[in-house]
Amino acid sequence: MKTSLLKSIAYSTNHQLPTPVWLAGFLFIVITFSQTLAMATQGKLVITGSSTMAPLVAEIGKRFEAQHPGTRVDVQTGGSSRGLADAMNSLADIGMVSRALKPQEHALHRAIIAHDGITLILHQDNPVHELTNEQIKAIYTGAITNWKRVGGLDAPITVINKAEGRSTLELFLQYFSLTNRQIQAHVVIGDNEQGIKTVEGNPHAIGYVSIGTAQYDATHGVPIRLLPLQHIPATLETVRNGTFPLSRPLTLVSKAPPTELAQTFIEFSQSPAVHDLILKQYFVPLP
Amino acid sequence: MISSSNNILSHFHSDRFLLWSLRFLALIAGSLLVLIVLFLLHESLPAFQHIGLRSFFADEGWYPSEELYLLTPILWGTIWATLGSIMLAAPLGISSAVCIQYYAPPFLAKPYRRLVELLAGIPSVVFGLWGLVVLVPLIARWQPPGPSLLAGILVLSVMILPTITLVTLASLAHIPASSIHSATALGLGRWSIIQRVILPTAKAGIFTGIFLGVARALGETMAILMVCGNVVQAPSTLFDPIRTLTANIALEMAYALGNHRSTLFVSGLFLMVMVVVFVIMAEGLRHREAHAGSR
Repeated sequence: MKTSLLKSIAYSTNHQLPTPVWLAGFLFIVITFSQTLAMATQGKLVITGSSTMAPLVAEIGKRFEAQHPGTRVDVQTGGSSRGLADAMNSLADIGMVSRALKPQEHALHRAIIAHDGITLILHQDNPVHELTNEQIKAIYTGAITNWKRVGGLDAPITVINKAEGRSTLELFLQYFSLTNRQIQAHVVIGDNEQGIKTVEGNPHAIGYVSIGTAQYDATHGVPIRLLPLQHIPATLETVRNGTFPLSRPLTLVSKAPPTELAQTFIEFSQSPAVHDLILKQYFVPLP
Repeated sequence: MISSSNNILSHFHSDRFLLWSLRFLALIAGSLLVLIVLFLLHESLPAFQHIGLRSFFADEGWYPSEELYLLTPILWGTIWATLGSIMLAAPLGISSAVCIQYYAPPFLAKPYRRLVELLAGIPSVVFGLWGLVVLVPLIARWQPPGPSLLAGILVLSVMILPTITLVTLASLAHIPASSIHSATALGLGRWSIIQRVILPTAKAGIFTGIFLGVARALGETMAILMVCGNVVQAPSTLFDPIRTLTANIALEMAYALGNHRSTLFVSGLFLMVMVVVFVIMAEGLRHREAHAGSR
């Protein structure tokens, strides 16, 4: 990437450009610059926070920009905690938070735009089709280390955990009332895709990821299986109707009261006009 | 009159201009490093103030959400992964360089050399992906869970192998032909010449290659993050998952706040210290070798 860029720079300096090219380049710069100026005068929204929500909010932002000419929506990631901190310190107009808010965070203005569910995934070749909450807890704390004990093959279990600071980890620990110190992990991963790749390559692994991502991959030929929780199947439908136990709201937070532009954006994100975008990201829109 | 414009000893304005601009550029290059160290120190200062240096070596474990920040197992992970890969890649790299230079017939040596050069240009994330989908499942079938110190060592070895090979090759090419001719005239065999004449002469260059390899292994992040498992523990076998300092930063920086974030900068600082200690050790060794050679 870098070398090809260097090469192209070297190339362009070695050859003299014909005049029309220079002219076009100059015009391009002038036009872009004037457009930027026009935007700056109209209004800009800075949105930071959860990496789970960032791709969705970026898509919503694009549609919002198209419908409100002159506005610009700048989406940055950094995790739910950053979203909260930035909204509180006014570093961002809106924060994205992909977990339930803590009581001390209730002072912020908040609006749920969609739901996301977390589920456990196994390799398709693993004969285990269901695990109780107690069994999952025992596997993650190292009390059960062989699939034989939960009705599977005689093989050691590979436990996949998430890295510190991820809201998926926080939600998982909270649901199973565990602390990260109790978990006996064999692999610690960063994002959902890395977890799915690890399960794909190891038939004896167990991990937890967003249902949206997992269902997308499972329906696109990746050999993984989503486990039900408390007999409730892990599907977009059960997350949508709120019956799936391990799910989380995706919330936009801002200082109360939000600015006019922020308020317009939040209402737009909650409207049916963006449901197709939410579904495309494998989240579950509001009813 | 003798014109002085061709006199290189004269102090001309253009010379002085060149001298000062070179000094200025050197200053920029040098101060960049100093600035980076200062930045690291500045960012990690809160951790030293609120947590203290002792905690990094005496806490119960690495649990940032519980304000526990033990870095020792991560340091061990980094050291073992680097040592293991260099022990594997150095003999392989040096011997393949010797093979290309003195044993392989030209029609084999040239493509082989191109292959090594190609290997050097492959981005680390590609090695990481290969490790994750090919190497790790292979190890998992043999000794579960799969992501492990061994996987890290193997991937790192493949990555630093071309560096060591190419630098060694370059230093072999600089050995004066007269030395080799003299040795041949004395009736020494090919292996004896390589062992007694060529390798000792090229020692400094080979050393530089190993040094560059270690530096790359220490700093490698993406591939290591994908194949090592990232569990914070001091490995007791080759099949235990480990976490390195670089992986620690890459894995948690995006989501870290406050003391946690600051401690990740401490990880970076420790990495810097490790590199500096290594450079000093390498320099010391090289000096000793040089003196031993002159005696």
